[in-house]
This record gives sequence, structure tokens and C-alpha cells, in this order.
Amino acid sequence: MTSLPTQPTKKKLGLVIDLDICVGCHACAVSCKEWNTQGYSAPLSDENPYGEDPHGAWLNRIHTYEADIEGERSTVHFPRSCLHCEQPACVTVCPTGASYKREEDGIVLVNPDTCIGCKLCSWACPYGAREYDSSHGVMKKCTLCVDRIYNENLEEVDRVPACVRACPTGARAFGDLGDENSEVSKLVADRNGYGLFEEFGYKPVNQYLPPRPRRNSIVEGAPAALEPTQASKAQTKSERLFQWADRVLSR
Amino acid sequence: MHPAYSVILFTTASGAGYGLIFWLSLLGVGGFLPIERWFGFTAFGLAFGLITIGLLSSTFHLGHPERAWRAFSQWRSSWLSREGVAAVIAYVPSGLAAIGWVFYEDFSGIWSIMAVAGAVMAIVTIICTAMIYASLTTIRQWHNPLVVPVYASLGLASGAVLLTLLGSVFGYPVGTLEIITIVALTIALAIKLAYWRRIENEEKSWTIEQATGLKASTTVSQLDAPHTMDNFVLREMGYKVARKHGRKLKSYAVILAFLAPMALLALDIAANNQFSIFLSLLSVLSVTIGVVIERWLFFAQAQHVVTLFYGAKQA
Repeated sequence: MTSLPTQPTKKKLGLVIDLDICVGCHACAVSCKEWNTQGYSAPLSDENPYGEDPHGAWLNRIHTYEADIEGERSTVHFPRSCLHCEQPACVTVCPTGASYKREEDGIVLVNPDTCIGCKLCSWACPYGAREYDSSHGVMKKCTLCVDRIYNENLEEVDRVPACVRACPTGARAFGDLGDENSEVSKLVADRNGYGLFEEFGYKPVNQYLPPRPRRNSIVEGAPAALEPTQASKAQTKSERLFQWADRVLSR
Repeated sequence: MHPAYSVILFTTASGAGYGLIFWLSLLGVGGFLPIERWFGFTAFGLAFGLITIGLLSSTFHLGHPERAWRAFSQWRSSWLSREGVAAVIAYVPSGLAAIGWVFYEDFSGIWSIMAVAGAVMAIVTIICTAMIYASLTTIRQWHNPLVVPVYASLGLASGAVLLTLLGSVFGYPVGTLEIITIVALTIALAIKLAYWRRIENEEKSWTIEQATGLKASTTVSQLDAPHTMDNFVLREMGYKVARKHGRKLKSYAVILAFLAPMALLALDIAANNQFSIFLSLLSVLSVTIGVVIERWLFFAQAQHVVTLFYGAKQA
């Protein structure tokens, strides 16, 4: 049923993404692709992957922007995936009921057995979170790794979305944003986390933590410029000889 | 937005079909058309044919056309579903009215009630089609109060052009039909021009700073895209038409869909309906090409907010 749950879901599972920490390594996106091409709604297929114009469905995309953070032009790496909105427009526009929001934990999913691949949900989403899998003929989106987080066959440490598990810098956290006392909710409160495009009123659950200003001041006592290295002020004959030998051998 | 040819064919063909049903029903009930068997058969047949071709073609772009029946289920929340349901319901009263006209050559009493109900359902279905687009908040050029009037007036105008052709082929006096068609085309043109003025002049509402939430920053620019080749999002939602082509195509649409048929039909009126078949056939061809260009532009001129994440400054 594409009508939304009548009450706001108690549990609001989602991600918190720290834009201050993310280094833009794309490990989360690759790990996501790897997990989700074999789990729920698999395959997550690619077309012409080794050809001239490769493309395919991915559920997580990492942008890199330049922005002014406290007057300093900074690089901001920006992972973008489904935000599991509380009022998702992608669900209500679905003509078949394939797109739905789970009452028990708020995860937004596509049923691959009833999706007709009309793509209207991708038009309704302001976040570009849904991609069409042309070989499977249905829409794909982040499942919040619904087949990992409750999976008792996995070790407890692995019962988080693949992207969170893969992140080498700890820039991604997973938890219940409906619970004020959860780690993720505290993180959002401490760091003034925000949802994307709140103006649309879809109430995204995933939150982003803004980049912090860079520490740019010169550390006290540090030299203004580095001393010339030994090599560049070589004086003795033998040193010059070694320098010459180094240059020749480097050719 | 990427213009899917199946959707262009669907909206233009079914729009003209519903327009034809509308005029046929109301003018038939009003006594402005002869309730003659083969005329009714041809006209209703053409209308149902266009609608059916349109509806079938709308399933061509689906990933799973065999599951299309599922789309009738979510009418409570989805305009696409409502459109499907309305389209199916619309067949019933119009089909019954057509039976009265074709088999009994009678369009009064119960048949007239069916005809009026069919005309109403025709309009309702066009409105549902337009609302699929107008309800999307993510596309400024579509989330616009003029989209429904544009679809409705263009459907009615193209239906009126078809009815004029049919009337003249059957040798009926078509002077009144031509005047109705010219008026319908004029109204549709006025609405479409107002739509274009609006989307070209209104301020773009969304920025890349809002999209990324980095609002404290005066400018945000994309340094590196997430992928080297286009993905689904860019192909589907990042499609845009170069401005110079847009301007050219817009003038073709204005001429072919509106000005040319108006002039051709006016010429026929001035010539005392001596060339009705030839001139109304030309108007049908002209409107068909013009409306297809108009519909293609409707997609190509629409910019989705997701393009902001890919570096567009405003949407």
C-alpha cells in the first residue's frame, strides 16, 4: 500500500553522515554495490561495464564540492543516498504499491516483484535516491541493508549497513533517529545535524553533520619556512659527486 | 527531463481522443451533429482507437509492462493510478453512448445522460494525466497551476480539429465546428503562451547551497562528480534542450499546433466551405506535429532539482 503509515513510525532507522570526516574515498559506495548486488532485490546490475559507456545502478553516490566554511574555501565530500523520509513522495506517487514505508522501522523499500518500472518515484524524489535497473526492469534504492541489520547469521559487528561497516574514517553512523537517547541522535544534537532539502517537507530521516572550520593558524614556534635540505646545500666534492650520480641514475 | 517517446505518444493521442469524445458527446446531445450511424461509428471508433493506442503505448516505457494492471490499485495516493482508473471508467459511459448513436441512431434520453457522463470522464482523465506532472514538487516547470489547463485545452482543441475533419469527410456543414475549433485553439494558445511566460520569467526557487545544506557558504560548486559517465539520474532527470533549439522549437509549436490550423480553418470559412476536407486534413496534420513538438518541449524544458547535486547552480 502506498499510503503512508497513519502514525509516524516509532523507530526511525537511518544514517548520520559526517561531512567533516568524510574523505571521499568511495569505499561506502563500492561496499554498498557489492553487498546489494547479491542481497535484497538483487542483482544491482551494470550495463556495458567494460565498454566505452559503462553505467549501472548504484544506491550511494559520492559527490565532491567546494564550499566556503567560515570564509575558507574547503573541499567537502558528500555521500548521497536515500534519506528514508518520514513523508516520502516516492512512496505516495507509486501506482502499484511496490514502493512502501515500513511501519516497524521506517525503512523505505521497493518490492521488486510488483514494481512495474514506471520511474515516477525517481521523478518525485528531490534527492536522486532512486535509480532504474534496466536489466532487472525495476527501481533500486538504498534498503538500509535490511538484509544485514537484522541478520542473525552475521556477527553482531556486521549487523549495520555495508556502507557504515566499510567507512575507514568513521564518517557514517547508523541507528534509531526516533530515539532521542540513541548515539546517532546525540551526535545530531551535538553537531547541529541537518536534513537535506527540508524545504520540501518530506522530513528526511538521515542527517548530515556540517563540516567544521579548518584549523588554519600556524602552530606557535613553528618555522615560517623549512630549512634547506642537506642535499640542496651540498658543498663537499663527494656530496656533489653523489648528487651527480643520483641525477644520472634517475634518468 | 528526458522525453520518453511512448509518453509523448500517450499524452497527445489519448488527449486528442478524449477531446474528440468530449465534443462528439456534447455537440451530439446539443443537436449540433447529425446522429447518423456511420458517422458515429467512425468518430467514436477513432476516439477509442486513439485513447487505446495511447494507453497501450504508455506501457511501452515500463520495465515490466505485464505488471501494468497493478497500477489500478493505488488510486488513494497516486495520480498515475487515478489516471489509469479514470481511463478505464471513462470507457463505460462513452461506450454506452456510442451504442445508442451507432445501433439505435438515438442520442436522447438515457443515451444523452451517458454521453454527458462520458464527456465529464474524458475531462477528468485528462486532468489526472496532467496532475501526474503538476503534482511533482521537484520540477518547477511542472509544479505549476497552468499545467492542467494546458493539457485540458490542448486535448479539447486537438479533438475539435479531428471532429471538423470527420464532419467535412461526411459532407456535413462544418462552419459551426470550424468556429468552435478556432475558439478552442485560441484559448489553448493563450494558456500555453501564459505557461511559457511563467516558466521563463519566474524566479528559480532552488539553489545548490540549499540542496547540499551548506547554506553558510556563498557559493558551492561541484569539484568532482560521483561517476565519470552519465548514470540513470542524469539521463532521466538531467536531460535538457539547448536554449536556441528551445526557442526555435517553441515557435514551430506555436505555428503548427495553433496559428496554421486557425488560419486554414478561417480560410475555409472565408471560402464558403468549398475546401473543407482538404483544409481540415491539413489542420489535423499540422496540429499533430505541433502538439508532439509542444509535448516534447514540455519534458525537455523541465529541470529537476536533483541536477543541483550535479553542479547546477539553480533549478
